[in-house]
Amino acid sequence: MEKALLAIFLEGVFIKNFLIIQFLGLCSFVGVTKDVKSAAGMAGAVVFVMALAATASYMIYTYILVPTTMTFLDLISFIVVIAALVQLVEFVVRKNIPALYRSLGIYLPLITTNCAVLGVVMLNVQSEYNFIQSVVFGISAGIGFTIVMLMMSAIRERSSFVRTPSSIKGLPLAFLIATMLSLAFVNYFWVIPI
Amino acid sequence: MDAFSEFIRGITRDNPILGLVLGLCPALAVTTSVENAIGMSVATAFVLVCSNVFISTLRKQIPSAVRLPIFIIIIATFVSIIRMVMEAYVPSMHAALGIFIPLIVVNCIIIGRAEAYASKNNVFFSFVDALGIAAGFLLVLVLIGGIREILGTGQIVAFGYTLLSLPINPAVTTMIMPPGAFLTIGIIMAVVNYQRAKKRAKGG
Repeated sequence: MEKALLAIFLEGVFIKNFLIIQFLGLCSFVGVTKDVKSAAGMAGAVVFVMALAATASYMIYTYILVPTTMTFLDLISFIVVIAALVQLVEFVVRKNIPALYRSLGIYLPLITTNCAVLGVVMLNVQSEYNFIQSVVFGISAGIGFTIVMLMMSAIRERSSFVRTPSSIKGLPLAFLIATMLSLAFVNYFWVIPI
Repeated sequence: MDAFSEFIRGITRDNPILGLVLGLCPALAVTTSVENAIGMSVATAFVLVCSNVFISTLRKQIPSAVRLPIFIIIIATFVSIIRMVMEAYVPSMHAALGIFIPLIVVNCIIIGRAEAYASKNNVFFSFVDALGIAAGFLLVLVLIGGIREILGTGQIVAFGYTLLSLPINPAVTTMIMPPGAFLTIGIIMAVVNYQRAKKRAKGG
């Protein structure tokens, strides 16, 4: 039976949340969530590239790799596509929307090595989603990523006012916050019956 | 610069997880058991050693303007190799690690070492550096996997042998679920920070 689009969407946003259930894209999760503004910038860039990468990689996989029976080259071709896509997005944004470029600027090159983007692409292939399903999964994973990035950065901004022991300050505190967020998200599995 | 201290540096000061804080995704995702942790570390070690040696050999030929795409393609080739080898010879391990095998491509440790070390040093030291970093990665992954498995299931089973069994009843299943990973690494990092601060205070 084909999977319902709403089910894929809810799975991407909550049940299989990329950051805190599947552990994809953790580098940016702990790296750029010190304030809300940069977290939002990073999340925006990731959503954009994720949706594009899901589309482009589906085309390449279905129309080039499968007919030529070269599916073993999937990994190499996907990573090249993502790297090229990031360059292209950077170029277009810099030319046309300079204001957006200034706020996303430094995050764009980092996305090539963000495992969340390659993760979406590989999961699409693994779950054998069709075109619409792949794009929906790409977008929902991006939305889930954004939600958690914003929550995390807001909590970390507030928690900088709390007195903590010096050895917990910084990364350990971030991971303890992530533990609690993760505890909440784990239970969506029970709340949303799919 | 002697080889032994370069090797030890990968385990202590430049430890990939606790020192450089790179490659967190696999360190948290696959450490539900010691067995998976070892499998993941061995796959990563293979890619790290091969790519470091290869990039270091070619470091004078690679033009610096396009070095990152070249590094990524070299790494992707080695990842494809280990992926096919694992699929053929250890299919159960391949299934357990899932998409984290192909995701070794975007593991920041490997491209980080290629950029920071292999592209500047000779082949022998790049090889030693890769071994040291891989050993550091293995130790931390096994530590996290061990803590999570013993608390989550009450015993440590690796490759069919029961290594340790404790009467934990009921087992804390949260530890082998995602929150347990964040909690474990948070506490390990806090302990490491505490020890470092203590050492610094003692040293003056």
